Amino acid sequence: MVAETSPEIGGMGHSVKRKEDARFIRGRGNYVDDIVRPGMLYLDIVRSPYAHARIKSINSDAALEVEGVLAVITGETLKEFNLHWMPTLMSDTQMVLPVDKVMFAGQEVAAVVATSRYAAADGVEAVEVEYEPLPVVMDPFKALEPDAPVLRDDKEGKTDNHIFHWEVGDRDATDRAFEEADVTVSQDVYLPRIHVASIETCGCVAEFDSVTGQLTVWMTTQAPHAIRTVFALVAGHVGLSEEKIRIISPDIGGGFGGKVPVYPGYVIAVAAAVVTGHPVKWIEDRIENLQADSFARDYHMAAEIAADSDGTLKALRIKTLADHGYTDAACNPSQFPAGLFSICTGSYDFQNAFAEVDGVYTNKPPGGIAYRCSFRVTEAVHAIERLVDVLATEVGMDPADVRKKNFIPADAFPYQSVFDWEYDSGNYEGALNLAMETIGYDELRREQAEKRERGELMGIGISSFTEIVGAGPSRHFDILGLKMFDSCELRVHPTGKAVARFGTKSQGQGHETTYAQIIAQELGIPASDIAVEEGDTDTAPYGLGTYASRSTPTAGAAGAVAAGKVRDKARAIAAHLLEAEEVTEDDLEWEPGRFFVRSDPEKGVTIQEIALAAYTNHPQGMEAGLEAVSYYDPPNLTFPFGSYICVVDIDKGTGEVHVRRFVAVDDCGNIINPMIVEGQVHGGLTMGLAPALYEELSYDESGNPLSASFVDYLVPTAVETPAWETANTVTPSPHHPLGAKGIGESATVGAPPAIANAVVDALSHLGVRHIDIPITPDKVWSILRENGITE
Amino acid sequence: MTQIEVTVNGAAQQIDVEPRLLLVHLIREDLQLTGTHIGCDTTHCGACTVLLDGVPVKSCTVFAVQANGSEVTTVEGLEQDGALHPVQQGFTEEHGLQCGFCTPGMMLTSVALLEQNQDPSEDEVRQAISGNLCRCTGYVNIVKSVQHAGRVIREG
Ligand code: FES
Ligand code: FES
Repeated sequence: MVAETSPEIGGMGHSVKRKEDARFIRGRGNYVDDIVRPGMLYLDIVRSPYAHARIKSINSDAALEVEGVLAVITGETLKEFNLHWMPTLMSDTQMVLPVDKVMFAGQEVAAVVATSRYAAADGVEAVEVEYEPLPVVMDPFKALEPDAPVLRDDKEGKTDNHIFHWEVGDRDATDRAFEEADVTVSQDVYLPRIHVASIETCGCVAEFDSVTGQLTVWMTTQAPHAIRTVFALVAGHVGLSEEKIRIISPDIGGGFGGKVPVYPGYVIAVAAAVVTGHPVKWIEDRIENLQADSFARDYHMAAEIAADSDGTLKALRIKTLADHGYTDAACNPSQFPAGLFSICTGSYDFQNAFAEVDGVYTNKPPGGIAYRCSFRVTEAVHAIERLVDVLATEVGMDPADVRKKNFIPADAFPYQSVFDWEYDSGNYEGALNLAMETIGYDELRREQAEKRERGELMGIGISSFTEIVGAGPSRHFDILGLKMFDSCELRVHPTGKAVARFGTKSQGQGHETTYAQIIAQELGIPASDIAVEEGDTDTAPYGLGTYASRSTPTAGAAGAVAAGKVRDKARAIAAHLLEAEEVTEDDLEWEPGRFFVRSDPEKGVTIQEIALAAYTNHPQGMEAGLEAVSYYDPPNLTFPFGSYICVVDIDKGTGEVHVRRFVAVDDCGNIINPMIVEGQVHGGLTMGLAPALYEELSYDESGNPLSASFVDYLVPTAVETPAWETANTVTPSPHHPLGAKGIGESATVGAPPAIANAVVDALSHLGVRHIDIPITPDKVWSILRENGITE
Repeated sequence: MTQIEVTVNGAAQQIDVEPRLLLVHLIREDLQLTGTHIGCDTTHCGACTVLLDGVPVKSCTVFAVQANGSEVTTVEGLEQDGALHPVQQGFTEEHGLQCGFCTPGMMLTSVALLEQNQDPSEDEVRQAISGNLCRCTGYVNIVKSVQHAGRVIREG
């Protein structure tokens, strides 16, 4: 159990109001586009109108005539420094600027540097590029056919468009289980290409001092330290040196995984700053953002379940084709090309399972990043949660009953999954029961039966998901070799206030508040007296950044451990201060904010008195000061879970799906700030609703993007978004110092199958077993018309 | 260049602008009021919302010259004499923001709504802010924030 702290201290469990709000509500945030440097120039990018074409020529003459334009940078410019290609985080290669051909519509072709934003845009219009169109490959299945054009002919010896094969599990045993099973069901499930579309796009300001060699880059990055190292490794040969690189991630207007990769624009801006000797700002617009920044998902999954006729799950088999676009620019840990897809056995006790994923090149933008989820977990959860419903229909059971029959029981944790994950803790039935009670499940089923009699379309969908977050233990998890620990450096000042710096970077999650609460919990210093800093590589300790719900499991744990070290030293100082009482450290008890003498609780010293003594009256032989550092290497991942239930009504006339109610029961272990957790769930649910019903990045056959602005890429507004209902169960993580698990992404992972299951449920009496998301009105309308249903 | 006169957050300004300059760039770059944000190029996101003579407009879709002779209110103009506007209080109290990027636009739209209707229903708030996208909050707490602000205004 976590000790209770007073509201004044504001440790764990308090809904402390957010520190960061004071500046944001006044318009005093400091986002990257707010940064202005003396003599700053602007960079804008020429982009390809073709999805696959050879570049015959680039003529910059007219652009250089435009008033205010100073330079045009092309692939040839960068080639002189061998910087026209760069590695992706998956050790594939990506063009910074092309010298030979373009591989997707919207790809960067050249960059214009000018004295103003407007002049740079004028310059872009004036650059003349001559292209020779090449055959376009958009369909990943066709990309694997023997006669498909080889897209990556830059790679020596490459004869096909296959990127990687990954598999896990026992194929033969799984096949046998399928042969022996009473019942098998199979379903193709496609998770379409989507985009995080944070309201702030990406950008940077790069500044280079040619005398000192110092490079400073303010950029929209979720992982500033890793970026610094990548810059040093990639551009070491042109003189960038890691001690002279400073990456500053200022306030970030939403990240969701989209601000993990290194985009060409950043690199070109750095090159432009070096070449021109001026600070250079690059801010992409929304159309560029949706056209070229990393996508998420795009998984074609063929999933199968084997079961007994009573609904007992026996085996799972999933074969997936992953469309990565023209390069594998995912941000997975190195050993996991398909991320943590092997969480696809979900909340269920499978004895046999086999999963395989093949990565494929096409003429689409690169990526494979997360959309507010831990590496490929949403794909895995969608497959299993849809398939369980398909099975339920097949065996004629209620989907809630099939789930309950097969849940990993609460007393089986820690649980070793057939894919070898050790689930840390869980109580799946508890979460589902609470969700069913809250929403009134039985009553809804009765209502549905009545409505069906009357020809009305209402559906109820359940999703009981398990996540896998908090990457991760260094024995398995690294990005480009960098182990996925995270860090905290904590200093307590003489007046009892503290500063804590972390290797992560908030993009709206409220770290300045929750991290302060963690330190407050452990030291009893009021959270309001603790300044939290992140994002500046010159001051923050090294860490791998914020994504995959890893901040609380890793850096949050580092905060607790560092605070624990400080408390250990504080205990020694306390004993010194209480010398007159003739006590030793062993005679002291801790309560939040104070050590006291066990036999005489009136006698004690506060953490503030101890902090002062650490600088003014420390014991002889002990180092002065009160600070500690922790680089926390988590012993295991954490496994947040939950059960969501969604009720939809379908308009027979238009095919429109209306989410009437949605109850989300989450379990993220011990909760640091309930207000923030609830807010994270609300946001995550909305980013689950979005791909379930609205969002998709689609392309025509020639590779033209069909959803490259908010006209066609439908981010939900307040009108479509329902009034989410949330609740929690609490099953602490046994290995996290605070028992916490991470919450930022659960809802994005859990919501889509609940919604899809509800829609399918509404149409199940028509024989509908599956609909791929996004479930748009026209898909539903077509199904209704096929079944002769009109208004 | 054209000379325009605008009153921004109560201060009259005379500025020379290119005819094509967008109001949002005038505000952010010429006047250095960076609380007004840009999130799209198709008038969808509302991050750039300001009040033009009291009416919420998307300042990315207004030329600076069109604001000639008008009064503009940006997020920086909401706090008066060190006292937060009720809408700012509401957003803080009800956790109506996360990354903060949509927040200035969201608040100005809300200010305009509350001028018309101090006791909006949930549905009325949702309709009013439907031109402002938020990717972080899921809107539930934004609705509460606006209603909270309405209460503060009503109770004076
Ligand atoms: S910037 Fe998106 S509406 Fe103005
Ligand atoms: S708070 Fe981030 S977009 Fe609204």
